[in-house]
Amino acid sequence: MASEEITTTGYIQHHLQNMAYGKLPAGYERVNADGSITVLEESTWTLAHTSQEAVDMGFWAVHLDSMGWSIALGVIFAFLFARVASKATVGVPTGVQSFVELVVEFVDNTVKDIFHHRNTMIAPMALTIFMWVFMMNFMDLIPVDWLPMAAAKIAGNDHLFFKVVPTTDPNITLGMAFAVFLLMLFFSIKEKGLMGFVKELTLHPFHAGKWYVDIFLIPINLILETVSLIAKPISLGLRLFGNLYAGEMIFILIALMFGGGALLFAGAGVLQWGWAVFHILVITLQAFVFMVLTTVYMAMAHDTGEDH
Amino acid sequence: MNINLTLIGQTVTFLVFVWFCWKYVWPALIGVMAEREKKIAEGLQAAERADKDLELAQKKATDQLKEAKVQAATIVEQANKRAAQIVEEAKEQARAEGDRLKAAAQAEILQESNRAKEALRAQVATLALAGATKVLGSSVDEAKHSELLNQLAQEL
Repeated sequence: MASEEITTTGYIQHHLQNMAYGKLPAGYERVNADGSITVLEESTWTLAHTSQEAVDMGFWAVHLDSMGWSIALGVIFAFLFARVASKATVGVPTGVQSFVELVVEFVDNTVKDIFHHRNTMIAPMALTIFMWVFMMNFMDLIPVDWLPMAAAKIAGNDHLFFKVVPTTDPNITLGMAFAVFLLMLFFSIKEKGLMGFVKELTLHPFHAGKWYVDIFLIPINLILETVSLIAKPISLGLRLFGNLYAGEMIFILIALMFGGGALLFAGAGVLQWGWAVFHILVITLQAFVFMVLTTVYMAMAHDTGEDH
Repeated sequence: MNINLTLIGQTVTFLVFVWFCWKYVWPALIGVMAEREKKIAEGLQAAERADKDLELAQKKATDQLKEAKVQAATIVEQANKRAAQIVEEAKEQARAEGDRLKAAAQAEILQESNRAKEALRAQVATLALAGATKVLGSSVDEAKHSELLNQLAQEL
């Protein structure tokens, strides 16, 4: 960005790399910015300087930027709502309280429409998802270079990787989807018992009622049901990731246009505005979809009836 | 874009925030909202009750007014009747008193005339004697003729 020899590919790649903090093994050859190579004498915990280093860190690395923004936004949400909750009055609600109540009522109604079992955890979870995912998505509307450049200036490192939209990191979206998946398993087993859950996986959708036929149907059922079970969290996480990743990609491409002369600059301005307006819809919708699908999955986990 | 520890980190963070919201945010907010809803419902109910009460009170007032009017009319009628009766009685009394006075006057007149007759009768003998004396020229002896004259006076 600030360096002269910046290329389009480099710019895009730089924007798509998270700030990874992980362990590089001993003997690892680090390629420095000027092309020289430093060999690590022992395994080191460090920030990845290149995308290749981030890959080589393997599983035991943390994306400090997406994790940090995710937690920061979550704390803002929790703090704001907890503050309002502790100060809430029964009288006429004003200011932040009326906004918070609006959101809570909206979420409560949505959950009540979908989820008909007794579980006090589902509605608060839906609220957390909606607000948190919305706020994480909202980071996408901040012009793509502002925060990364500010961070680079503060850190004094032009090559600092800094992604501000947590939901464009598949780790974040799949991490939440994974938590939803765990809760699905937990509530399924809690509501139906382990045997009930196993029966659901093995005796649906094909069920003959005669054991010598069922023996052959069970493997087929198991494969079908397992796939559909696993597909739920994966599709849940990837849907959010895909939408936001694509959205951010467009913003990056528009940002590139700003450097291409007066005509392109004006065009980019219009496009930036248009895409941002459209994106307001997308980020809200995706937060809502994540919330609704989570609630639906929870309702399915609680369904003990054989009526499907 | 690598899958790494961030995934587990986000899973844990997610569960922590959900737990926080579940314990500290949701119940308080929902509680307040439910309480307000109850309050509003109660207020509406009270308003409805008050409306009904007002209607009842108005009805009662109208009824009482109507009754009072009827009573007043009855009282006025009775009073009128009584007044007419009193006038009638007074007339009757006056007439009776008049009759009585007339009768008394007539009786007195009769008495007076009788008395005058008596007086006249008593004096008639004297007058007749005086007249006869004048006519006969003292030829009539009072002592002799008094019996005759008395008899005459009796006959008058």
